[in-house]
Amino acid sequence: MQLTNRSKKTDKSDLSVLEKTYFPGVAKGMAITLKHFFSKKATIRYPEEKRYLGPVFRGHHILKRDEAGRERCTACGLCAVACPAEAISMVAAERVKGEEHLYREEKYAANYEVNMLRCIFCGLCEEACPKQAVYLRHDKFVPVFTSRDQVIYGKDQLVEDMDNRYTRDAWTKEDMQELWEKQK
Amino acid sequence: MDTPQLIKVTIDGQEVHVPVGTTIMEAARQIGPDVAPPAMCYYKPLKGSGGKCRACLVKVSQGSEKDPRPMPKLVASCITGAQDGMVVENFTSPEVVEARKGVVEFLLLNHPLDCPVCDQAGECHLQDFAFENGVGTTRYEEERRTFEPENLGDNIQLHMNRCVLCYRCVYTADQITDKRVHGVMYRGDHAEISTYINNVIENDFSGNVIDVCPVGALTDKTYRFKSRVWFSKPVDAHRDCDKCCGKVNLWYKGDEVIRVTARKNQWGEVEDFICNSCRFDSKKTADWVIEGPTKVKRASVISANKYPKNEIKKPAFALDYAAHNFKKINDDRPYYKNLKEVKGSEDYKALMEQNAEFFPKETSKK
Repeated sequence: MQLTNRSKKTDKSDLSVLEKTYFPGVAKGMAITLKHFFSKKATIRYPEEKRYLGPVFRGHHILKRDEAGRERCTACGLCAVACPAEAISMVAAERVKGEEHLYREEKYAANYEVNMLRCIFCGLCEEACPKQAVYLRHDKFVPVFTSRDQVIYGKDQLVEDMDNRYTRDAWTKEDMQELWEKQK
Repeated sequence: MDTPQLIKVTIDGQEVHVPVGTTIMEAARQIGPDVAPPAMCYYKPLKGSGGKCRACLVKVSQGSEKDPRPMPKLVASCITGAQDGMVVENFTSPEVVEARKGVVEFLLLNHPLDCPVCDQAGECHLQDFAFENGVGTTRYEEERRTFEPENLGDNIQLHMNRCVLCYRCVYTADQITDKRVHGVMYRGDHAEISTYINNVIENDFSGNVIDVCPVGALTDKTYRFKSRVWFSKPVDAHRDCDKCCGKVNLWYKGDEVIRVTARKNQWGEVEDFICNSCRFDSKKTADWVIEGPTKVKRASVISANKYPKNEIKKPAFALDYAAHNFKKINDDRPYYKNLKEVKGSEDYKALMEQNAEFFPKETSKK
């Protein structure tokens, strides 16, 4: 019974003498195997070797500092209100005199927590941030955890290390699109 | 007493009858929020307010019944009296919409745009006004005017940089409190809200300047940076107060009252002003009788991440739409009918008995 007319017709005619020996078929198959033997591998040796996932891959959260090393986050709460999983919470504090080298604005996040059990890595916090403070790193995954108390990430895990600053090729989707246009 | 003479005003194609002496703004507000012009400085409970910010500009395309000529320029609806037979265009006039864009731009010229830091963000009239009527970008390149921070005492925080000079706080201090110690000093670009000289505002009703301020220029110092408005939960509450009506909104964060404000009506105006002891000194739940959660507009950011029961309901529109647009399907399946017959047959029973060890559950049922 024919269900669709997309099926391929198989050639059911008798094989020729040469074909009956199977040598041409075997040689053809071996040629294909040999070709792949010398071509570039499709796989990599993960986890020793890691692929570049592009500049806008969404991994581990980071709270950026500015060029002078001051924290950019002002605890405005837009990331928390944008978060569909309600994973982010923060407590704001007022910058006092003498802390100008630590925090960029009058107000700063004294406490900033991301609950990685809740986070779905959608990147809406990154989009909502008006201060270019919160980003999801493209080069680092959130590691596997074994107990619940390892899951709430505080500022000690999130704030950028000035000795090992985080950079990437494109900071926004628009930058990314420009990059694609250039690479085309 | 005679019934007041009513005049007919048409605003955006909708007619309304109002008493003589009503402003265009009040007539529009009687029709509803769809046609009411925005207001940054006009504040109905405060006499003399209005006419400063130009946010409420409207086009009068027919002056009155007797004199149907249009008014030559856009007029500020909050201080222009309505006349019989007046025809007003508000949101329907492209000229008005365009003018409002300009007004937004002017109001934002010297505004620091520090919304992420500002405590007013989320309930700021300037944010709403700019969002609804303005454009997303700025053309301003010059340096914004800034002022030295000034201390107004322990309760009120002044950020002069954010001020739009609406004069509401000045009228409040004049009309609600018995002694005004602050006002607008200097002129033009240097005009600023200030006290003379470095005075402290500590009148019993001085806290109301916080509520009337449309922007974050005057904010509650006891609430400073405690939370964002959309993280706190407003409830209606009252208490017996010998100085004021005692009707307030309490703003909760967890179990803690972090802020007390006067209740605002749908135009964002306070009708019953509250005293400072209610506002600043009664921040325990035990001080108040709680009436229930405040009704917050769904469009407001304050309602974000809160799930009141009445708002979690089945999407009626979608269900109706589905009911109208999709054919009913015949849901009785012949397969099951046949299965009944099959299961009733002798052959099936014999087969099941033969293989009883493979069907422990079914045999146990039987």
